[in-house]
Amino acid sequence: MDKIYAHPKSLRDLPTHYCPGCGHGIAHRIIAEVVDELGIREKIIAVAPVGCAVIAYDYWDFDCSEAAHGRALAVATAIKRVRRDNIVFTYQGDGDLAAIGTNETIHADNRGENLTVVFINNGVYGMTGGQMAPTSLLSQKTATTVKGRDAQIHGFPLKISEMLALLPGVKYIERTSLHSPQEIIKTKRAVKQAFSNQIEGLGFSLVEILSPCPTYWGMAPRAALDWVRDVVIKEFPLGRIK
Amino acid sequence: MGKDKKNKVLMSGNEAIAEGALQAGCLFYAGYPITPQNELIGYMSVHMFEKNGVFIQAESEIAAINMVYGASAAGVRAMTSSSSPGISLKQEGISYIAGAELPAVIVNIMRAGPGLGNIWPAQSDYFQATRGGGNGEYRCIVLAPASVQESFDLMSTSFGLADKYRIPVIVLGDGMLGQMMEPVQLPVASCQLPGKTKKPWALTGCKGREQNIVKSFYMREGDLEKFNLKLQGKYAQIMKNEQEYEEVDTKDAMIILVAYGSMARIAKSAVKFLSGKGIKAGLIRPITLWPFPVKAFQPRNRNICYLAVEMSYGQMVEDVKLAVCGKAKVAFLGRSGGGIPTEEEIINKAKTLSPKA
Repeated sequence: MDKIYAHPKSLRDLPTHYCPGCGHGIAHRIIAEVVDELGIREKIIAVAPVGCAVIAYDYWDFDCSEAAHGRALAVATAIKRVRRDNIVFTYQGDGDLAAIGTNETIHADNRGENLTVVFINNGVYGMTGGQMAPTSLLSQKTATTVKGRDAQIHGFPLKISEMLALLPGVKYIERTSLHSPQEIIKTKRAVKQAFSNQIEGLGFSLVEILSPCPTYWGMAPRAALDWVRDVVIKEFPLGRIK
Repeated sequence: MGKDKKNKVLMSGNEAIAEGALQAGCLFYAGYPITPQNELIGYMSVHMFEKNGVFIQAESEIAAINMVYGASAAGVRAMTSSSSPGISLKQEGISYIAGAELPAVIVNIMRAGPGLGNIWPAQSDYFQATRGGGNGEYRCIVLAPASVQESFDLMSTSFGLADKYRIPVIVLGDGMLGQMMEPVQLPVASCQLPGKTKKPWALTGCKGREQNIVKSFYMREGDLEKFNLKLQGKYAQIMKNEQEYEEVDTKDAMIILVAYGSMARIAKSAVKFLSGKGIKAGLIRPITLWPFPVKAFQPRNRNICYLAVEMSYGQMVEDVKLAVCGKAKVAFLGRSGGGIPTEEEIINKAKTLSPKA
């Protein structure tokens, strides 16, 4: 009988530090499976963010660097420029990529760096206790928008992927979600595309993954998935952006 | 290292630093324009490509230092340069570089502050350079060249020390040094071949080995304290082994000027003048500002007086006092904001301090 499902070699078998129902574990595993399938474990260099996923390197069994909050794409730019034969990617949350690191994000994209970005959008700052993220929805209650996000006070949810798609340096941007098995399969396909683009030297590729944060959305894990399906994707529509 | 008269060229301090870095095997430079160090980024933008290295004009000082972090993590000799306000922006990255134990060279061609200040030369970033500058308890090795030739020579030293101790090294010059042109004797062959230092910790892809991680995050109880003690041990070694300074006529001197960088050149002229007037004067010129050359201040005649002269309102003088430890008198003369203590001002101050023997 053929073995059709196994633990990825690039993922360590460890107890998770993530909260119940968190999307990071699924996203980590998708990356590990893609790295194994493309046979790039010995060539890959990851750049981990500041945020809940800072210790992603405890789960992934390949080379990894931390970066200061928001600076992942500056760090990754340099690693890739001096090691063109390696495959370099950043794994960043919404605060990291779309608030404190917006400058680094836009300019790495605009330079057309041959990099892969996995962007986890869960609309909230998890590690610091559930504060408003640039991607928090209007009327979403967070630790710093207790009455809900109000456009007049807090501005609008930032659609950074659509912004980045305007720049000529970018090759590929797709928004996917983790709210159902079908969407998880589509996410894996997109992540694989983003890594394949780099292997082929095609340029900047980014996958924005809508991911649940039950803890700071104040929801049960199942309800959080339904909220992504019913509410979040109305603001952040799924599909190929570029 | 052979010398050849043919290899004598006229360069600015900024250009000499860039050329010194390239000859020391620097293969990555990222920077952002700021006066008075623009010749440095300009030189790199042209000549880095000749070495098959990487030059990036970054979107900010913050991006530039984090690019240096990345290039260094990937195992190549990497540097950035800026001037005072830009160096302030880099402090976050320098702290991470120290915390991740990465080698890197950061050049600060100081201008006057605070804030935007102006573009005149100053030495007012001494505290920032020698005390860490960013968050957390860390140190950078700080080297202070006083001539264009030394600006060139110290780049090889800087990269060597950075690799040896896996530490950020700051080259602290000032706008006067960066802009002035002097002849530089270039070596016939490169002083240090690139890639000589083995970097088994570097991120290269985990082929045939365990995973490498570059990080400064230690969450488990006790881990960070253990790591910080390791850093402190490294700093103790550096303080013991790496103090560098120049001495002029200190043996019988009753008044010893202490000055670094451009300021030391003016102080040296003052020493010459004072000696001509029968006043026994000497000079200590720290080349390493951290570690401060404490051993240059070994016990001397209790009646002597040290005179720290700075283009600041008194920063290095605190290290002089710590080194002297109350065993001799320490006086200070300084100007900042673009003003530079003149030879005449130094001489007049020294005369008031000279013991009436």
